[in-house]
Amino acid sequence: MSNRTVADLKPGEKARIKSFSDQWASIKLLEMGCLPGEEICLHGKAPMGDPICLNVAGYCLSMRRAEAATILLEGE
Amino acid sequence: MASSSTLALIGNPNAGKSSLFNQLTGLRQKTGNFPGVTMDKKSGTCQLTPTTAITVVDLPGVYSIYPKSPDEQLVTDILANPSHPDYPDVAVVVLDASNLRRNMLLFTQIMDLHVPVVLALNMLDVAKQQQQEVNAVRLSMRLGVPVVRINARTGEGVDLVKKAVFQQLETPIVAETLFFDPDTDPVLADDIAAGKPGLLAETKAQYGLDNSYLALQYVIQHDGFTFLNRQQREGLDVLIANYQFSEPAFQVRETIRRYELIAGIITDAVTNNRPVGQPTWSQKLDRFLLHPIWGYVIFGLILLLIFQAIFAWATPFQDAIDEGIAWINGSLKDSLPPGPLSDLLTDGVIAGVGGILVFIPQIALLFLLVSLLEESGYMSRVMVLMDRIMRKFGLNGRSVVPLISGVACAVPAIMATRSIASQRDRLITILVTPLMSCSARLPIYTILIALVVPDRRVGGLFNLQGLALMSLYLLGLVSALVAAWVFKKVLKTKERSLFVMELPTFKMPRWNHVGLTVWESVRSFVWEAGRVILAISIILWVLASYGPGNQMEQAEARVRQQQQGKPMTDETANSIAAQRLEASYAGHFGHFIEPAIRPLGYDWKIGVALLASFAAREVFVGTMSTIYSLGAGNTEDNTTIRQRLQNERNPETGGPRYTPAVAWSLLVFYVFAMMCMSTIATTYRETKGWKWPMVQLGYMMVLAYVSALVTYQLLR
Repeated sequence: MSNRTVADLKPGEKARIKSFSDQWASIKLLEMGCLPGEEICLHGKAPMGDPICLNVAGYCLSMRRAEAATILLEGE
Repeated sequence: MASSSTLALIGNPNAGKSSLFNQLTGLRQKTGNFPGVTMDKKSGTCQLTPTTAITVVDLPGVYSIYPKSPDEQLVTDILANPSHPDYPDVAVVVLDASNLRRNMLLFTQIMDLHVPVVLALNMLDVAKQQQQEVNAVRLSMRLGVPVVRINARTGEGVDLVKKAVFQQLETPIVAETLFFDPDTDPVLADDIAAGKPGLLAETKAQYGLDNSYLALQYVIQHDGFTFLNRQQREGLDVLIANYQFSEPAFQVRETIRRYELIAGIITDAVTNNRPVGQPTWSQKLDRFLLHPIWGYVIFGLILLLIFQAIFAWATPFQDAIDEGIAWINGSLKDSLPPGPLSDLLTDGVIAGVGGILVFIPQIALLFLLVSLLEESGYMSRVMVLMDRIMRKFGLNGRSVVPLISGVACAVPAIMATRSIASQRDRLITILVTPLMSCSARLPIYTILIALVVPDRRVGGLFNLQGLALMSLYLLGLVSALVAAWVFKKVLKTKERSLFVMELPTFKMPRWNHVGLTVWESVRSFVWEAGRVILAISIILWVLASYGPGNQMEQAEARVRQQQQGKPMTDETANSIAAQRLEASYAGHFGHFIEPAIRPLGYDWKIGVALLASFAAREVFVGTMSTIYSLGAGNTEDNTTIRQRLQNERNPETGGPRYTPAVAWSLLVFYVFAMMCMSTIATTYRETKGWKWPMVQLGYMMVLAYVSALVTYQLLR
């Protein structure tokens, strides 16, 4: 379970961010408030499951699955 | 009083900068509810006190000082360069109080560049709805800067902003220490043991800077700094290599550290009683709007509504304008003494300009609906909805805004591509956007469709002409996607692209903004297009009224000779007018290009209109009405353009000139043809060279000619 990423979340599921696997992409994600330890919730998916919409830091952020897959989650 | 000082408005997208800008300056401009609407800086003047005015510059919304797309670059370009003409004496940073933590990231970066700041706390009402309270006094004490509570929509607190700006101007207060000091970073700190200065200390010494955070911007962003010369930029590369400094790793550390510091302030200044995990109504709405089936159904219905509105709802207004112009023209002809000047006024000027005024209702409706979509926040949902599909064609979700705006006009649409972070996606979007049918094509579509498509209802709801119009818009869209796909195959890239985007909450449209958008677009259409059309109408009238040598007189004499002895009838008058036109300069011009356009089904009259509309396609209808009012002689003075076209006969077949084959061939030609100088100029400006505008012109013209040829030959 420890290698799950945001791309694996189901709609409505909550999780905490552990770290990032892509430094370049992580700069933008951090700026947008996706911080390690932050709780996020998958709020919806666009048709065909891509891009996805997250609730993070009190607002709604959309990103592609490829980007979501670089955000690693804390294990249960 | 002239203003010598500058105030910059800075903030996240959708934080309310543009609304505050309008409140401060009273000078109106467009603000949208999706990221990246303020494409260029906008400026106006604000009267701070009865004796002090200040220039207000509204900058594009950004999330941090490190730009990710071309539109964001402008903010850093200005703030990192104190000798920039727009370098602010005071920066008002507008923060969305309902999302304070993320908004604070940018604020602390601006603060660290030692620009005197005023923090404007906006959207407190939204925060309150979410059960968050922000203590402005505590925030001000912790940050050491003036904090003002405002409501940019209603104008509440704007006077306090002016007062705070005035005070910052008189006696600037800048925090003495940096909020985040990059020199505390282990990699950047001076190496005391070795007695060696750190990278930033070295940069400050070499470039004469005294702010460590500005020095850091030199180090990280110098590639984009046009105010540095090449030698200076290469000097920084050498420094970075010497210190083995890794920029991305540092940016990660900076962002995390800033958020840690911000978290301390937020806990102190914000009381958050928001129930965790409860979806807001905006999110509930999203579930519906982004639904795999309903999402597309709703989007499709909205598009259908737009086309229905443009065609059906605008008709009564258009008919009224059309009749009005014909009446004015008719009564002028009756009351003015006959002569070349009266002819110029009626056949040249009024016929030409009138041909354009007719389309005001359609353009106003189109801009009204598009700006409602933007204002409400629905447009960013469309980006999410379409990203996956757009990617298959080498575009991305953000290309949707340029493509939809392209329905109004390609010029702002191409400028809107600056929010696309990926260079290749941006270039492809620029190249294909002019294929979207812009409002200047609408007059051509409307007139030709009305000629050959019956005005009938199908299925009880949709007008057949409306459906024909929609199919032309779809043809434009489909060809734009196909062209994008081809460009994707041709232009290979290794560049990575990101699509990380905030979805703003739904908002009630600001009606004054919507109204101004509509007013601005109609005004610029009438004024900008009208001037060109006026000039071309006059030139065309001259070319059509005079011919080389005495050929026109000879043509008239020929007709009179044939009719000799018989009384002057309408038919004779028409015949004389037609012969004279054919013998004029314009007629010669049209005949000259006739061989090239005959396979498309066009005659020399259409040829004249095609040539005249090369610089701007909206000229086509005006030209047609000028040509046909000259060719129609003195009879039926108050007919409309549509009637004139309908009455036009093809001398070879004796049937109507505008058969469905000819009309559709012309329609298809105008769907594809790149007949707009302003678009070419905009592509040149945005791609910084002649290569891409020429590629664009070339492929669109070839596409137009070939498709029109195929259409005519198939339907004939």
